[in-house]
Amino acid sequence: MMDLATAHPAQSAIATADEAIRVENLHKSFGHLEVLKGVSLTARRGDVVAIIGGSGSGKSTCLRCINFLETPTSGRIVIGGEEIAMRADGTPASRKQLERVRSRLGMVFQAFNLWTHRTLLENVIEVPVHVLGVSKAEAAERAMVLLDRVGLADKAATYPAFLSGGQQQRAAIARALAIDPSAMLFDEPTSALDPELVGEVLTVIRDLAAEGRTMLLVTHEMKFAREVADHVIYFANGRIEEEGPPDQVFGAPRSERLKQFLKSVS
Amino acid sequence: MIELLSLSPPGWGGNLLRGLLHSLEIAFGAFGFGLLIGLGGACGKLYGGPVLRDLLAVYTTVVRAVPELVLILILYYVGTDLLNKASEAMGYGRVEISGVAAGIWVLGIVQGAYATEVLRGAIKAVPSGQMEAARAYGMPPFLMLRRVTIPAMMPFAIPGLANLWLIATKDTALLAVVGFNELTQETRQAASSTRAYFTFFLAAGALYLMVTLLSGSVFARIEAWARRGQPSLRKAAT
Repeated sequence: MMDLATAHPAQSAIATADEAIRVENLHKSFGHLEVLKGVSLTARRGDVVAIIGGSGSGKSTCLRCINFLETPTSGRIVIGGEEIAMRADGTPASRKQLERVRSRLGMVFQAFNLWTHRTLLENVIEVPVHVLGVSKAEAAERAMVLLDRVGLADKAATYPAFLSGGQQQRAAIARALAIDPSAMLFDEPTSALDPELVGEVLTVIRDLAAEGRTMLLVTHEMKFAREVADHVIYFANGRIEEEGPPDQVFGAPRSERLKQFLKSVS
Repeated sequence: MIELLSLSPPGWGGNLLRGLLHSLEIAFGAFGFGLLIGLGGACGKLYGGPVLRDLLAVYTTVVRAVPELVLILILYYVGTDLLNKASEAMGYGRVEISGVAAGIWVLGIVQGAYATEVLRGAIKAVPSGQMEAARAYGMPPFLMLRRVTIPAMMPFAIPGLANLWLIATKDTALLAVVGFNELTQETRQAASSTRAYFTFFLAAGALYLMVTLLSGSVFARIEAWARRGQPSLRKAAT
């Protein structure tokens, strides 16, 4: 493991140190449309939290508020015990703090978002070298290990556009792992993939879950969520409608909406 | 006829080449200066506050509305006048302004207005996910500009920038009106001294053509490099 501790001053450890991510009373409006109406959730270290729900339920917006890709309207975001300072209007108060927090959250996008002008290897070393200040040689060595792990060592010198969606998404996961993330955020990682490519990406994510990575996973893959998650959250209408252990949420749903939802996706 | 073009006097070839060198010097400087203005202008228009955006809109509109020849006259005489006034006010007396510096400054401002729009369009053409990934991983704004936005917009910007460069090489001819010894001015002098108008203007035309051809192949290389991550359209079509 690469030691990134030097790049990051010790974070203020408080009583909630075993919490990787805490969201409190999160609100988000786009103009008059209120997308999140007070959402609170917690992921402890090592937790795999799956977020499910229909389209427009606010689940992706919630995930994107955690690293401020969307600016919350109000609420609190606490990452690894460190609260992200917000102004009254929800915009981050300290760019430096936000950048530091972001550089430890491995985000995986629905549309992969690999940098198209860089090879897979260059994509994977970009953040360690230019944001975290790791030496190029060290980053490259580790990147090859990660690319090998996701089965793409032979494609290290290839540009993303020449690869399948599944390969691109696996490379994007390697990019996320390269920063040695304290938590990983998956925003519908298989929704843009052809059905036959979904499996290879889920296999990689399953491995990560098994090794105790902290993960927040917005997904439409119900079977997969049930299998890997420690905790499942069902979003409806900008609120958490129901949550609990996967067997309870999927096996014995209480809310009518969730029952309907599960019927519609199975 | 050939003796007239020979490089050493009494031939005028040397003068023509010197003029060409001056033209290229100014074109290069103005293009570079224009790129800097354009990058700043594009970022200002895209990410700046309302006041900055309005100021930039005035700049690009006015500069693109006024004929270049008029702009050159205005900027050259107003620019040198202001500089002299400032220098006199500080007690230095009148300053001699180098033709090259004045040419770069004047053409650069013209180029900058067009480059602002070329680069603004190119940045907007970059899929937003490219910048979003950079933000999500904590890249500071300037690093993101350097490592993601600029390289990602290059494929969209190169054709427009190649146009601007060719326009810059030819706009240098307009500087003849302020008495600057670039290629066109040197050609005119040679032609009127020898009465061999046809020979000299044909030679000058050939020199401009050579610059264009050379630029074309250089830009083709730059474009191929900028598009390195994208499958070629030609291959995809077959």
